[in-house]
Amino acid sequence: MGAATRDAFGRAIVDAGSDERLVVLTGDLRDSTRTEAFAEKYPERFVDCGIAESNMVGIASGLALSGKVPWACSFSCFVTGRFEQIRLAVAYQQANVRIVGTHVGIGVGEDGYSQMALEDVAALRALPNVAIVQPADAAETRAAVRALVDHEGPAFLRLTRQGVDDVTGADPGFDLGRAVTLRDGSDVALLASGATVGEALKAARDLAGDGIEARVVNVHTIRPLDREAVLSAAAECGALVTVEDHSTTGGLGSAVAEVLATGDGSARLKVIGMTTFGESGEPAELYEKYGLSGARVAETVRAFLDR
Amino acid sequence: MGQREERIRRLEGIARELRITDIEMISEAGSGHPGGTLSAADVVAALFFDTLRLKPDQPAWPDRDRFVLSKGHCIPIVYAAMAKLGFFDADLLKTLRKLGSPLQGHPDRTRLSGIEASTGSLGQGLSIAVGMALAGTIDGAAWRVYCMLGDGEVQAGQVWEAAMFAPRHGLDNLIAILDNNQVQQTGKVTDILDIAPIAEKWAAFGWHVIDIDGHDMGQILDALAEAQHVSGRPAMIVSRTRKGKGVSWMELDPAWHGKAPNAEETERALAELRGGA
Repeated sequence: MGAATRDAFGRAIVDAGSDERLVVLTGDLRDSTRTEAFAEKYPERFVDCGIAESNMVGIASGLALSGKVPWACSFSCFVTGRFEQIRLAVAYQQANVRIVGTHVGIGVGEDGYSQMALEDVAALRALPNVAIVQPADAAETRAAVRALVDHEGPAFLRLTRQGVDDVTGADPGFDLGRAVTLRDGSDVALLASGATVGEALKAARDLAGDGIEARVVNVHTIRPLDREAVLSAAAECGALVTVEDHSTTGGLGSAVAEVLATGDGSARLKVIGMTTFGESGEPAELYEKYGLSGARVAETVRAFLDR
Repeated sequence: MGQREERIRRLEGIARELRITDIEMISEAGSGHPGGTLSAADVVAALFFDTLRLKPDQPAWPDRDRFVLSKGHCIPIVYAAMAKLGFFDADLLKTLRKLGSPLQGHPDRTRLSGIEASTGSLGQGLSIAVGMALAGTIDGAAWRVYCMLGDGEVQAGQVWEAAMFAPRHGLDNLIAILDNNQVQQTGKVTDILDIAPIAEKWAAFGWHVIDIDGHDMGQILDALAEAQHVSGRPAMIVSRTRKGKGVSWMELDPAWHGKAPNAEETERALAELRGGA
């Protein structure tokens, strides 16, 4: 098990902080969002907004409209829950705000559903111009943060509370909107994002034991989605399985289905994700219960392929 | 006539012109919000023609003062001021609310240079203005941020999040104006959800509060001057106004919150505004 992507973010944002345009905001969550180190090193560019996330999003907008590159950090459900503020004050303004949502999905664990963002990607994907980035591991998080510093326009960075497997190598690049194939295969393609990328790789190893060669694609950018990666997986594998720690409505699975629905490619599609609210438990237990663990994903893939 | 009187007379004349342009625009558009534009006209005239440091031919001039209209539905009175200052050709005013126009029904900064923030979802503008003031403070900039809110608008909780934040961060480069015109979309503010005692609320949150008659140009100018000299905290000008001010039969009538006058009503409104010279 590697580091949580929020831990990697905390280190990466300090490294990026030498760029004086950066301002980091949080709502009484500098510890949980791992922004304490930034606060200590750059106190004049760290803003604790208190438990007032609507105002935090608006302030981030005003900072961005004045030439700053603000990173508004909170639990994802609390900050993306301010959808109307993100919609008007960030997206519509074309403001260079980075919304950073930590504690995503059932991977949050023991705190239970009220802290688990399962709908954040669905909500922000409805806005036409918000980049949605979900790195698979610590190394990719560092690369994503570097890329987002200079990104033009609004962006959402979705990060885990829990540790995740290191899957992308020591120094991966980050090309916004370009998915990365981590494992080749042509019997089925597993498209995963964030914490589930490691689970998809485990599933692929499991499936290989049964002679099923699964491709694993790390979809670190859900918007803009890499259409070509989806279409080539459809053409070469014929069966797609998406795996996300998020609602099956509106997230990665829906985005992939929308590509297939254009008629530019065709493949059978199975969407794995959450169809209910979450609950308390250890992250690994929850991934097992709700079908997101490598073993459960492999089981679902076997049934899907009828093997 | 003394210098101060001349200045007041000039701005009063401009306010009347803005009201006339405003009614013409909304009438031409066939929809809009006359009541809240008319109540704001005097303060808008003072801001755009006396207070704000702007370069109309250079809307993105880095040292300009920023103005955020949080009550975004009242933007026509600001468009009228911007056109008069030369931000854009006055012919554009006829395109208000029409397909393809940069003069959107609510302001859109991506379509019209000189608009600082796109607004229209009430309760959000002050937070954006606070963010701008914070950026100015971080940079040690000399420009100020002005933000106008509606009185119905301050029923929104986010306003009070921003109200709590700005004094805590000593944002004395921020000046808010509450257009306290007494009426919101469906009735009197006192009947829908009373905001009183409003000056006391802002003072309790740590703002320097100045309570004025928002149709008295002398009081407006004095308040803006006083607000600029406040140190260590933001200023709030509670501008006591009448919704629909200047057109007697629109005043304090919720019916004129969000509908355009027809041709006959437009003539009557313009006659009253012109007759007030």
